[in-house]
Amino acid sequence: MIDFQLTQKDRDMLDAVRREALVARTYARFYDENEHEFPPDQLPEAKDFPNVFAMFAGRTADDTGMGVMSMLMTAGQTWGDYSVRMKRGKGGLGNAALRAAGTPAQQQKWNDLTLAMAITEPGCGSDPSAVQMTAVLDGEEWVLNGEKIFVTTGCRAEGVVVWATIDKSAGRAGIKSFLVEKGTPGFVVTHKEKKLGIRADDTAAYVFTDCRIPRANLLGGDETIPKQGSGGFRGVMKTFNMTRPGVAAIGLGIAEAALDFTRDQLREAGIDVEYGAGIAGQTAVVRRFQRLEALFEAAMLSVLHSAWLSDHAKPNNTEASIAKAKGGSAVREITQGCIEILGPLAVSREHLLEKWFRDVRITDIYEGTGQIQRLIIARDILGYSSAELK
Amino acid sequence: MISFGPTEEQAVARDALREFAVKAMRPIARECDEASAIPDSFLQSAWELGLTSTQLPEAFGGAGEARSPVTNALVLEELAYGDASLALAAVAPSLFANAVLDHGTDAQRKALLPLFCGERFHAASLALVEPSPAFDVLGMRTAAEPKGDGFVLSGRKSFVPLGDRASHFLVVARGGVGFGFEALDAFIVPRDAHGLAVSEVEKNLGLRALATTTLTLDRVEVPGSARLGGERGIDARRLVNASRVALAAVLTGLARAVTEYAIPYAKDRVAFGEAIAKRQAIAFALAEMRIETDAMRHLVWKAASQLEHGTDATKAAQLARDYAAEECMKIADNGVQVLGGHGFIREHPVEMWYRNARTLGVLEGTVTL
Repeated sequence: MIDFQLTQKDRDMLDAVRREALVARTYARFYDENEHEFPPDQLPEAKDFPNVFAMFAGRTADDTGMGVMSMLMTAGQTWGDYSVRMKRGKGGLGNAALRAAGTPAQQQKWNDLTLAMAITEPGCGSDPSAVQMTAVLDGEEWVLNGEKIFVTTGCRAEGVVVWATIDKSAGRAGIKSFLVEKGTPGFVVTHKEKKLGIRADDTAAYVFTDCRIPRANLLGGDETIPKQGSGGFRGVMKTFNMTRPGVAAIGLGIAEAALDFTRDQLREAGIDVEYGAGIAGQTAVVRRFQRLEALFEAAMLSVLHSAWLSDHAKPNNTEASIAKAKGGSAVREITQGCIEILGPLAVSREHLLEKWFRDVRITDIYEGTGQIQRLIIARDILGYSSAELK
Repeated sequence: MISFGPTEEQAVARDALREFAVKAMRPIARECDEASAIPDSFLQSAWELGLTSTQLPEAFGGAGEARSPVTNALVLEELAYGDASLALAAVAPSLFANAVLDHGTDAQRKALLPLFCGERFHAASLALVEPSPAFDVLGMRTAAEPKGDGFVLSGRKSFVPLGDRASHFLVVARGGVGFGFEALDAFIVPRDAHGLAVSEVEKNLGLRALATTTLTLDRVEVPGSARLGGERGIDARRLVNASRVALAAVLTGLARAVTEYAIPYAKDRVAFGEAIAKRQAIAFALAEMRIETDAMRHLVWKAASQLEHGTDATKAAQLARDYAAEECMKIADNGVQVLGGHGFIREHPVEMWYRNARTLGVLEGTVTL
C-alpha cells in the first residue's frame, strides 16, 4: 500500500535522533571555526541519552523498512550538524566497499576497522578509470605507488580501501581496490584539506611510495584482468548505488535545518507561511519559501523511494542517481534561497544558516557530481552504454 | 509505514488504464483536439471501465469498492498519459459524484448517486473557477444569499467541464462571511434552473477537446435542500485539496507522456552523424525530465495518501499542485525543444501537450480524487 505515515516506533526513533542532533548543533560553530580540531567520538552529554540504535530491536514488518529509516535518521542527524555526533559510529565509505566486494575472510579480518575510501587523484575525479596509482606484484606482496586526494575521514580512519591499476594498458579493467592499514611503511597522510564547509569532517591527502602490502590485501581476491566491458569495474561502481541516496539525505537534513530556521525567522517578523490560498492571496516571500519546501519534499521523496526499492531488493540504479541528482541540486537552491529570503541577517555568523549554505555545497560534488548522475540516468533511460553516451 | 508499493488491486487497475490510454486515447487525441470535440463512443467506453461507479456504494448501484484517493491518483496519471482532455472529460462526472458522496446528506446521495451507476455515460459537473484575473478559490465572488428556506445564487463560473451536456452543476459559492474555506458552500443546481445561463463551448489555448462552458447565475433561486451537506455544509478544504492533488496527478501523466515521447525521438533523430540523444545537451534534458516526473508523482502520492487517511492535506496538496504545474510546464517546454521544428508542428502531439500543460497549470476544480 502506498503510504507515507510514520508508525509510533518510527516516530520515537526519529524523535530520539533529533534530540541528540540538537545537542550536537551546539558544538557546530566551534568545529567550523576551529578546523584543526576533531569532534570527539562521544559528546560529554552522551551519558544522558539512550542508545538510539538499540531502538531498532522490537520493530516489526508493520514499521517502515530499514533502508528508508536509515535515510530519515541520517537526515535527522545532519539536521543538527554535518559532523558532530552524540556518539560517532565506526565505519566509513571503505567499509561499504569491503562489504560489497570483500571475501568473507577479508570482511572478518577488517570489519572492525574504520575504513576510508581513496579513489580521487590530483588528475582524476569524476573519471575513476583514469587512476594513475600503480600496484605491482612482487613475490607475495603488492607494491603501491601514487597519490590520493579528497579522502573523506582519511585522517581518522584506521585503514583505507585504495584504487590502483595493476595494468595501465587494460584501462578500467586493470583497476583493483586494495586494503592498506595505517602504519604501513611507505603510506603517509600528507595533509588535511581546508574547505568551504563541512570543516569538522577531515578530508585527507595520501602519498604511497613503494608501499608494500600482502598479496591477500587485494579486495575480492581476483587478480585477473576482465575483458573490457565484462563488468568487473561496474561491480566496484555498484558500491555507490547504496551510498548515493545517503549522501543526498545528508545534504537534505542540513537543508531542512535551513528551512526551519527561515520559517521561524519569518514568523518572528510576523510573516506566517500558510497553505491553502492561490497565487493571488500570497506574498512573493511566502511563495518563494513554499517553492523551497516543495523542492525539499520532492528531493526527500526521491531519496526514500530509492531506499524503499533497495529494502525490497528491487533494482535502483537509476533511482539512486535520481535521488543524488535531485538532492544535490535541491539543497543548493534551498540554502541559497533561504539566504535570499532572510536578507543580510542570514549572512551573519551569529547564525548557522551561512554555515549550512557552505556545508551543503559539497552534496552535488562528492560521490559523483550532478552531471555524472545525469549521465547515468540518461544512459539508463536511453538504453545507452558508457561508450555510446559519453 | 512509508511505502511506495501499490496494492495488487491498484497495480491491476493501473495496468488496465495504461492499456486503455495507449489503445483508446492516443489514437483519437489529435483529431479530438482539432475538432474541439469528443465522440460519445469514447465517453461511453471510458464509462464502461467504471471510473465513476466503482467507488460508489452498492446501495446506490455502485461496485462499493473503498473510496481511495491513492487509487484514483494512479488511475488519473494513466488516463492523462493517454490524453489530458479526454481524461478530464472521462472523469468529470466523478467530480460531481464524489463530492456528493463525500459531503452530501443521505437524501442527496440517494437522489443523485444512482445517476452515475447506470449503463450510459451521465454528465454532471463542478463549477468552481471564475473568469476573474488571478482567480483564487478563497477569493471567489459567486455568492449565496439566504432567502426564506432557500438561497439565491449570483455570479459567474468558467471552465466548467462538460458544461454542454451536464444535467446538474455543483456550484461553489461564498455562503457565509469571512475569507477562508469555511465561508464556502456548494449548491446542486439543475441545468434548467431559472436564471442560469450556460454559454457556448469556450475556446481555449489547450484542452480543446474538453467542452468547457461559462455559467452565468442571475439570481438563481434554489431550495434549502440544494445546499450540499445540508445544515452542516461542506468541507471545502477537502474538496479543494482533492482537486489540487488530482490536477497534479494529471500533470504527472502529461509529463510522463512528453518524456516517453521525446526519448525514442531523440534516439532516432540524427544530426552531425549521430543520434541527438548522444549529445549531453539533449541527454541531460531527458534525464531532467525523468527526475522531475518522478518527483511530481511522489508528491502526488504523499498528498493522496493523506487524503486517504483523512488527515489535513492542505500543505501537501498545494506543494504537489504548485510543483507539478511548474515542472510539467518545463518538461513540456523541453519536449518541444528536443523535437525542434517537429515539436512545433501539429503532426506530433508535443505542441498540443505544451498547450495543455500551460492550461492545466492554472486550473482548479476540473478534476478530483
